[in-house]
Amino acid sequence: MVLALAVAQVAALALILAALYRPLGDYMARTFTTDHDLKVERGFYRVIGVDPKSEQTWQSYLRGVLAFSLVGVLIVYGLQRAQAALPYALGFPAIPPGLSFNTAISFVTNTNWQSYSPDVTMGYAVQMIGLAVQNFVSAAVGIAVAIALVRGFARRRTGTLGNFWVDLTRALLRILLPLAIVTAVVLIGTGVIQNFHGFTDVTTITGATQSIPGGPVASQEAIKLLGTNGGGFFNANSSHPFENPSALSSLFENVLMLAIPFSLPRTFGRMVGDKRQGYAILAVMATIFLVSLTALTLFEVHGAGTAPQLAGGAMEGKEQRFGVLASALFGSTSTLTSTGAVNAMHDSFTSFGGMMNMINMMLGEVAPGGVGSGLYGMLILAVIAVFISGLLVGRTPEYLGKKIGPREIKLASLYILVTPTLVLLGTALSFGIPAVRSDVEGTSIWNPGLHGLSEVLYAFTSAANNNGSAFAGLTANTPWFNTALGVAMALGRFVPIVFVLALAGSLAAQDKVPATSGTLPTHRPMFVGLLIGVSIIVTALTYFPVLALGPLAEGLH
Amino acid sequence: MSSPRNTFRSYWVAIRAMLVFTVGLGIAYPLLITGIGQTALADKADGSMVSVDGRIVGSSLIGQSFTDADGNALPQWFQSRPSAADYNAAASSGSNWGPENADLIAAITERKAAISALEGVSPDQIPPDALTASASGLDPQISPAYAYLQVPRVAKARGMSEETVHDLVTASVHGRDLGFLGEKTVDVLELNIALQAAAAQ
Repeated sequence: MVLALAVAQVAALALILAALYRPLGDYMARTFTTDHDLKVERGFYRVIGVDPKSEQTWQSYLRGVLAFSLVGVLIVYGLQRAQAALPYALGFPAIPPGLSFNTAISFVTNTNWQSYSPDVTMGYAVQMIGLAVQNFVSAAVGIAVAIALVRGFARRRTGTLGNFWVDLTRALLRILLPLAIVTAVVLIGTGVIQNFHGFTDVTTITGATQSIPGGPVASQEAIKLLGTNGGGFFNANSSHPFENPSALSSLFENVLMLAIPFSLPRTFGRMVGDKRQGYAILAVMATIFLVSLTALTLFEVHGAGTAPQLAGGAMEGKEQRFGVLASALFGSTSTLTSTGAVNAMHDSFTSFGGMMNMINMMLGEVAPGGVGSGLYGMLILAVIAVFISGLLVGRTPEYLGKKIGPREIKLASLYILVTPTLVLLGTALSFGIPAVRSDVEGTSIWNPGLHGLSEVLYAFTSAANNNGSAFAGLTANTPWFNTALGVAMALGRFVPIVFVLALAGSLAAQDKVPATSGTLPTHRPMFVGLLIGVSIIVTALTYFPVLALGPLAEGLH
Repeated sequence: MSSPRNTFRSYWVAIRAMLVFTVGLGIAYPLLITGIGQTALADKADGSMVSVDGRIVGSSLIGQSFTDADGNALPQWFQSRPSAADYNAAASSGSNWGPENADLIAAITERKAAISALEGVSPDQIPPDALTASASGLDPQISPAYAYLQVPRVAKARGMSEETVHDLVTASVHGRDLGFLGEKTVDVLELNIALQAAAAQ
């Protein structure tokens, strides 16, 4: 029975995503290859002073990404500091500087880590014009960077990658906004609220009182998930009945998180002129997704651990309408993309279930990953995979007709090193600096013992990989975590983007070498298997020791 | 390359772009969605509020506690799940206790004993949702098993027949969405309103 239900749920999700793959992937490819600008876009380009026909070098493209993101940080920071003066603040005061810094970086980097509890911190104004706007634009930045990398493979002997402002605008106006409008209305249909009522005080049938919140939730929920952002309107995130009212809405929310990341391989295949290359990348993503989901589901259904055994099931931190299966699915989807939304509390998952959430993020969020970031992360791994296979047979490695030479492999390797360095360094410093350690152990950690280490490890894994989910018992609104996680999020987002765009520039400048009998075909099952292997081995070797100290030790105890 | 003039120009473009996006995506978009929601789906957009005799008594989506001021179960009402937020809808939260946390183990043990005593059942008959706090702290629902478990106690407290109360629960059981998504549920507020109406007859 449980098995049948689990399979049915995944089959339904897979069918919907399969139906979207070609139309959405092709539509996105057309969006970024057409010469035609919409009338509204032409007006917008005039306002911001950009010539949409002008092409940018990788350095110029990068400058656009960084300038746009820095302006975003300053605006979101400023809005939070000025909250008390804004309308619909719900009486909440200005957000303190440390928290404002962390939150601004968090939303601009597509992370949506929340050191605060929105219910008691954020008014409607900051959520709408600060956070939800970043939910749109940070997702669009991710898509733009991925498209620039794909152009690097697709183009030959050129110094340019397209125009960042055009890619950004098209990602917003032609992809994210139309999808968000439609899906926000569907979400309201399932019961997600959309109003400006503030709190409604009611007297219950027992004579008690309850203060029921309002808010523009559906509009934010739609883009929170479509853009793989994950920052909840409420503290309970997508477990809150007003964000996710039913098992049906929960399945729909899974679709929203996965639709764009799982369709981008089609866009990639289209743009490089070989749809089979897209299917190969899709196969890698889907295989890792299914294996990871199966493992997490088994761990939660099995319900090992003292408390789950005592209660007769792993239902602590889970909603009755979702149960174990829909909670395991949502957790997997959220951590395998860069979303970080939750419909159940990951801190209360079984030891191994919680570890799967961490491993999903440690994989670099590539199966299928965040919007855009998942595709560029997987393409970096593909570059490493062809390099390794080239070493094995002693030939110069090529991918899609581009030589993977010393410069390319250096950039790909540097990309791979960034997040593990941030995760391990951040975790180590949290316990290695005596003053920090006493603060972390005394103030921040909620669950004692091994699980406390897992909370800190989870936090840095989530921040550096721009996921945003948490072992939420951790009190992160402290000077140490606001600062360290803020730095981890910023470096975890933008340093890899520098390497991706540099790689794109170097690939675009090359001519294409014709495939010969010695070229490794990158659309066949053998390459799919190789790429899966590379993805997992890179992660496993890096993180096994620290996992052994936290969730592995707890689960085996 | 990165001349100061180019860098300055990038920022000037970025500022203008961000301002336009803020107006369009931060103000126009949510207002559009609010307009559609309030026109076409007002009940849901407003929070699926539930009324008894024309007075709003809660939301069908937001759980409530049916306890006295000290947190003791009121025997004449069906009980909701334990809540880390105390069903304070203005501050949703789970317990975030890990699977080996001593506080969680103690809480489950305590709840087991309390429910066993209240309902007069053996501890191993109690379903997991009755012993654990939800993710949101506002879970409006319980499992059918936990609802049926409460029937004898509720019937006794109200002087109603167990059969009548049992039928009320059966009428309140919601199947899985589309037959295969999520779990079977009983909406506690909905059930208690039906119970109150039946008792008044």
